Amino acid sequence: MNSLTIKNLKGRPAATAVLLVLSSLLCFAVFVGSIMVNSLSTGLSSLEKRLGADVMAVPYEAATKKKFEDMVIQGSIGYFYMDKEKYDEISSLDSVGDISAQLYLASTGSSCCSIPVQIIGFDPETDITVKPWIKKSGKKALEKYDLVVGSDLNAFVGDTLSFYGVDCRVAAKLDKTGTTYDTTVFTNIDTIKELIASSLDKGMNDFKDISPDNVVSCLLINAADGYSPEDVMNDINLHVKRVKAVQSKNMISGIASGITGVSGMIRTFIAAVWVLGAAILLLAFTMSINGRKKEFAVMRVMGASGKMLAGIVMKEALCITLAGGTAGCLLGALVIFPFGGAAEKALGLPFLLPDAGRTVLCLCLTILLSVLSGTAAAAVSAWRMSRIDAGLTLRSDN
Amino acid sequence: MSLTAENITKDYIRAGKGTNRFTAVKETDFTLEEGCLSVLMGRSGSGKTTLLNMLSGLLCPTSGRVLSDGDDIYSLDDKKLSKLRNERFGVIPQGQSAVHSLTVMENILLPFALYREKPDEEYAKQLMERLDIAQLSQVKPSELSGGEIRRMAIARAAVRKPRVLFADEPTGDLDDENTREVFDFLKEQAKNGTAVLIVTHENDAKAYADKLYRMNGGVPEKA
Repeated sequence: MNSLTIKNLKGRPAATAVLLVLSSLLCFAVFVGSIMVNSLSTGLSSLEKRLGADVMAVPYEAATKKKFEDMVIQGSIGYFYMDKEKYDEISSLDSVGDISAQLYLASTGSSCCSIPVQIIGFDPETDITVKPWIKKSGKKALEKYDLVVGSDLNAFVGDTLSFYGVDCRVAAKLDKTGTTYDTTVFTNIDTIKELIASSLDKGMNDFKDISPDNVVSCLLINAADGYSPEDVMNDINLHVKRVKAVQSKNMISGIASGITGVSGMIRTFIAAVWVLGAAILLLAFTMSINGRKKEFAVMRVMGASGKMLAGIVMKEALCITLAGGTAGCLLGALVIFPFGGAAEKALGLPFLLPDAGRTVLCLCLTILLSVLSGTAAAAVSAWRMSRIDAGLTLRSDN
Repeated sequence: MSLTAENITKDYIRAGKGTNRFTAVKETDFTLEEGCLSVLMGRSGSGKTTLLNMLSGLLCPTSGRVLSDGDDIYSLDDKKLSKLRNERFGVIPQGQSAVHSLTVMENILLPFALYREKPDEEYAKQLMERLDIAQLSQVKPSELSGGEIRRMAIARAAVRKPRVLFADEPTGDLDDENTREVFDFLKEQAKNGTAVLIVTHENDAKAYADKLYRMNGGVPEKA
């Protein structure tokens, strides 16, 4: 019977090809769509983790010029500073729990630096946002002149990168995060202080009269127990002058709603393609099986039971949807994985392709959906063939 | 082995207004005996094929019973009745009855394949030789003539050495020579102990009949 199924499919190459292409297209659309929705969702979640803290406090000028948001969300590079006193002032607020300072510096594309990137220096003692990512990269602690580079940067462990005349060693490379971390270089606070000092010495820093030991760029804050992030934000904005506090979730709310919108559109597209495709598949199976009614009647005459005839129809549908579904998914993988970056650019949203496990799960579910839809479409024909009146069918059109 | 119909009737409900019940076969007793070739003749629509389908287990009668070795075949569930048809009955249906994705040999062995049984290829080859289609063994039905497809269907019906062989208009679209060959073959099958029923319009069939019936008013009468 299994070889009969294969022979039946091979014996009708045109009909089989049409059904295969149909189920491939369905799976292609669903697989690519699902991976995109997944990537957007993972990208958003990665961005949330990348922000890490409940509230971020930056110099008032940075926030009003949208400089900071652009750096975090869009990946533009830049730097700004405020007095370190602000750190102590904010730390003393009751609503503030964990707090960690970061120092920013941007390298340029000129001869002073290997590559133009955003450089972030963090304090390993108090950090709440960067260390988890670095830990994921396998590096336990950063020593002076050690760098951790984002995944999109063309630098690898062991490479030496020079910034403002200071040679640093790439100690680790982050996994892809789908955020601006992918084009950022991290280092500890001591190293970045030296880099800032060097940039000042070379006259290549926009801030002429700062002392790296007395400034910070950004404060990352978690609310203390019993306080909400909103309380922290209001507290800082009310009591600390020339500092702007923003809630992380507000910063990415625009992106989140953009992702929700795009994901919704993709989901609607998937559903529409699937409903249309399932209807066409139903029609195609019905026409294909109807065209072979006499053959089924002949098999009935030879002693095939109704269940056997239904089984033949279902096995054919299973083979077609399994093969078509697998082909569609593989084709989808060939499109989405190499061109994920292009999709990211086109959408302008955080986009992080799912890991292998999730991809395989997505692939299996898509194929399962294809098989279920195909067999459901064929079930109608199978039921009709199981009740075929062999005598009447064989006499018709003779 | 005998196949006996006891008081079988087949009514059809026709669509349309007024009296819509039509009796194709009426309170009929009929027996097919091993080694006997029975020929059933009659005009179109007289109920010949309906009777053949009821006897071959393909059409449940409205009333009455069909007994194979004393067992009412329509009391069996579909699975058992199908298996019984596969093992005991061979049917040569009307018209072209090929499975187009299979070769001639595969078509002939299909009754075995349906139940995943070891095919009797030797006997299949003998039948093909006898019916002069041996050279077409690996050919697909789309390349065959009507007469060749018919002979393939005859070989397929006979390949399991059935106890009863039903032939519904087996020579309907054949020339005189092919017609004679088919009737000769069916006669041989009867001589070998098979109960054979031929439903036909062909007057030539009378010469081969051990028993001749004519369908009259839904009842087969001995002619």
